[in-house]
Amino acid sequence: MDYFQDLLGPAWPLIWTLVKIIVLVLPILGAVAYLTLAERKVIGYIQVRIGPNRVGPRGFLQPIADAVKVLTKEIIIPSGANKFLFVTAPVLAIAPALVAWAVVPFSPELLLSNIDAGLLFILAITSMGVYGVIVGGWASNSKYAFLGAIRSSAQIVSYEIAMGFALVGVLMVSHSLNLGEIVKGQQGGGFWSWYFVPLFPLFLVYLISGVAETNRAPFDVAEGETEIVAGFHVEYSGMTFSVFYLAEYANMILVSALCALMFLGGWLPPFNFAPFTWIPGFLWLLAKIAFLLFVFLWIRATFPRYRYDQIMRLGWKVFIPVTLVWIVVIGAWMQTPFWLW
Amino acid sequence: MIETLVFYFFSAVLILSSLAVITARNPVHSALFLVLAFFTAAGLWLLLEAEFLAIVLVLVYVGAVMVLFLFVVMMLDINIPKLREGIWAWLPFGALLAIVMVVEMWIVLGSERFGLAGVIAPEGHPVGYSNTKELGRLIYTQYVYPFEIAAVILLVAIVSAIALTLRRRKETKSQLASEQLAAHRQGRVRLVSMKRAD
Repeated sequence: MDYFQDLLGPAWPLIWTLVKIIVLVLPILGAVAYLTLAERKVIGYIQVRIGPNRVGPRGFLQPIADAVKVLTKEIIIPSGANKFLFVTAPVLAIAPALVAWAVVPFSPELLLSNIDAGLLFILAITSMGVYGVIVGGWASNSKYAFLGAIRSSAQIVSYEIAMGFALVGVLMVSHSLNLGEIVKGQQGGGFWSWYFVPLFPLFLVYLISGVAETNRAPFDVAEGETEIVAGFHVEYSGMTFSVFYLAEYANMILVSALCALMFLGGWLPPFNFAPFTWIPGFLWLLAKIAFLLFVFLWIRATFPRYRYDQIMRLGWKVFIPVTLVWIVVIGAWMQTPFWLW
Repeated sequence: MIETLVFYFFSAVLILSSLAVITARNPVHSALFLVLAFFTAAGLWLLLEAEFLAIVLVLVYVGAVMVLFLFVVMMLDINIPKLREGIWAWLPFGALLAIVMVVEMWIVLGSERFGLAGVIAPEGHPVGYSNTKELGRLIYTQYVYPFEIAAVILLVAIVSAIALTLRRRKETKSQLASEQLAAHRQGRVRLVSMKRAD
């Protein structure tokens, strides 16, 4: 490494950061590809089918076949569409989903950048993901796409408030905006010292808002196949479509990772004794993310789609009051000797 | 060196995008350029080590305000030739306003307090310095009354904005979730035993 440092001189930090970014992003994209397979398999078994099983052993090469198919498909740009925005929209959708990983710690040492305002950074970056949907829906010059974009923007703006308030609770308890510090604040006992115990209502609100933010079933009115064909990406084909698709899954993984870090103790083992502490923290974090992703798929296979006014009611009249009340409860609780976290 | 380059890059993008906001013909393009302008302004604030303000600018303006703005602008059916009608009649008036504004800005910004000599360059902060914590401390100690007054004004604004939308029309239908949840089988279905007709 010193050799490279001498060779490249002042350009070295830049190149080293780029290498780290690639090392971080490639596994995420791989995970996204295999999450699509996992979704089809899990939902298949829930519905008593087998799911994809033709490509490779037990269907394990299916994502690769999908990628090849999508790459060779034609990208159709509808007449009257705004060409530049039409092509930029998928990029706007996937970029925030990948950028936010810059501050996600995988273990105390393993992270790209350790910034103190990490939680705020993630909130700000993920709030930009909605532009991909809005711009894509508008630039398509199609009624269905436009309706999908409008539904999605209203929904995301509403649920972001509840999500933000849920994070305020985490902030109050952990006294820090740094994600690494938040996880360290959950050390101590076993799983009962993780923040999901005192913040249980906020944990649920965060998880459900996460499902809504990523436009997943049962909150997928932005796509709503039975109502508005496919919503905001109805005019997209080939690679432009699949980038939207990848962005949705990348966002799912991100929301699960954040939930695991903030409420489920991140890389901490559930019990502080022998067989559990042997397993490296990184694997614990992966296991928690995988479990939350399974919950995402489970929810999709279980619940019917919400009607639009019901979504708005749940966001504004249920989640926001619940989070506001629980913030006050936590504030009062922290002043009493019964506060154990 | 690199910081100066980054500063000039952000400033150039900021100026060009704010120009594009007022010159773009399509209102949706204008709104998107405004998003770009906010984002680059946040970058400039990051250079000043004001990370909390920078991130909140992106979170509030880019993440929420502009989304609602776009939401409205996209739904408008704007007739551009009609908007341009009468531009010559209004030009003198607009020009006068613009001149007054420029003069006012010149008076404020050209004064001694705003000169390069008047503003001290920000000092570097020690490693553990948290912008967020410092801001919170100031807001809740030194500036607590202005802050609370601003909060109350905003609250009044919220209440009045919501009050504006409270127009109940007779023909709109809505669900009462509590009534639906309170429904049970006994209220809806009555099992009747019928005599067999043989």
